[in-house]
Amino acid sequence: MTLAEGILAGDQRALARLITMVENRPQEAISDLQALYPHTGKALVVGITGPPGAGKSTLVGRLAKKLRQLGKTVGIIAVDPTSPFTGGAILGDRIRMQELATDPGVFIRSMGTRGSLGGLAKATHNVIRILDAAGKDYIFVETVGVGQSEVDIVKTADTTLVVLVPGLGDDIQTIKAGILEIADIFVVNKADRQGADRVVAELEMMLDLSNREAAWRPPVYSTIATTNKGIDAVVEGIEGHIQHLRQNGQLEVRRRERYRTEIMAIVEEEIKARLLDLWSAGGLEQLLEKVAAREKDPFAAAREILQPITGNGKGGTP
Amino acid sequence: MTDRPIRVLIAKPGLDGHDRGAKVLARALRDAGMEVIYTGLRQTPEQIVETGIQEDVDVIGLSILSGAHNHLFPRVMELLREKGAEDILVIGGGIIPEDDIPALKEAGIAEIFTPGTTTQAVIEYIKERAQQS
Ligand SMILES: Nc1nc2c(ncn2[C@@H]2O[C@H](COP(=O)(O)OP(=O)(O)OP(=O)(O)O)[C@@H](O)[C@H]2O)c(=O)[nH]1
Ligand SMILES: [Mg+2]
Repeated sequence: MTLAEGILAGDQRALARLITMVENRPQEAISDLQALYPHTGKALVVGITGPPGAGKSTLVGRLAKKLRQLGKTVGIIAVDPTSPFTGGAILGDRIRMQELATDPGVFIRSMGTRGSLGGLAKATHNVIRILDAAGKDYIFVETVGVGQSEVDIVKTADTTLVVLVPGLGDDIQTIKAGILEIADIFVVNKADRQGADRVVAELEMMLDLSNREAAWRPPVYSTIATTNKGIDAVVEGIEGHIQHLRQNGQLEVRRRERYRTEIMAIVEEEIKARLLDLWSAGGLEQLLEKVAAREKDPFAAAREILQPITGNGKGGTP
Repeated sequence: MTDRPIRVLIAKPGLDGHDRGAKVLARALRDAGMEVIYTGLRQTPEQIVETGIQEDVDVIGLSILSGAHNHLFPRVMELLREKGAEDILVIGGGIIPEDDIPALKEAGIAEIFTPGTTTQAVIEYIKERAQQS
């Protein structure tokens, strides 16, 4: 049985193993991913991001539990930073999701950011696909921070929650440009702490001032994830946003945009790999020499490298 | 092993209330380049096994201080076998009397590290064994 067949038959180990393959040896996972593709497209993908320690994992655990009560199945991808020095990582998000561990309707996977950010975004995307094919109704992707890497990962989500907490001080000013663009929903967690109301008010003000298109104004919820307070409203908010995307056709538009990005990324990668393969027998070095000696300019050199696919000039192999 | 970090689940079954030792080990394994899934206190064997499977770990490290190892460790092994996941390497650590060790190994625990074992020894053991599989 292939891993894809195992996954479609409900085998948890096959599911876990294909995820590992996507992380470690993505080329080898392609045929299984292809076999799973017709079974995907049903899951709703929810991205969750925000500063370290904001309560993202606790919140995801609560949201998942609520969705389970509503009869939905849930996949969770929890991304934590890999140490750039050792390549190791402590993946601790599951601490906050303990009680979901034995629920057969929930599958949780922790991932380290590992090497390249582009690589992570691609791996995450494929892990989402796998969980989707495995029949999960909702898939949560938790990432820390609101930097470029998170934005890339979050782009694969249908709905993005940005989690903030009181006491960030000026941080809210510095991150607001980035979060304005990616947030579909704001959650101010740790509402049991002082200053939560002010964060909510600041966000509302920020939204009032933004000239972002008015079709969807991100709602702002306050929660106490540790005591389950406000969770139902957030679940309704997520459903509301999905509903909104469906009604105005944006869900399909967003997804199509992602297919385009995905296909073009694969094409780019393949072209690069093949060309470098063709030129690997020393031809590239010779070209570099000529560019260094000013016998050729970089544009001409690049065109020459591209010749096998552009078919200009003599074409064929270099 | 640069392209494939070893994945280790560090779990604390049983009811004892602190996890300082487990945390120290988790950090040491991370510093040795491993991905450590850390799940906190008071895990049931069922939770540990499900987590190990979902996370597709190479190694499960069980840490225990409460003395319930004779029951909990074999239970983990039994569940792994039920799920067809007995290929996952399981090691144990904590306050475990010498006399109990043979039976635990008999049950399928690959190695028991008693207090005084250096984290370096654990790292070397894991690296050696995880690379074989
Ligand atoms: N007071 C209070 N504490 C909370 C609340 N939600 C979460 N916490 C606590 O905040 C700490 C961090 O929670 P996590 O859920 O791990 O936060 P996170 O954002 O996932 O953290 P990272 O993944 O490490 O960035 C834990 O000790 C939680 O118990 C809340 O609503 N109120
Ligand atoms: Mg977290």
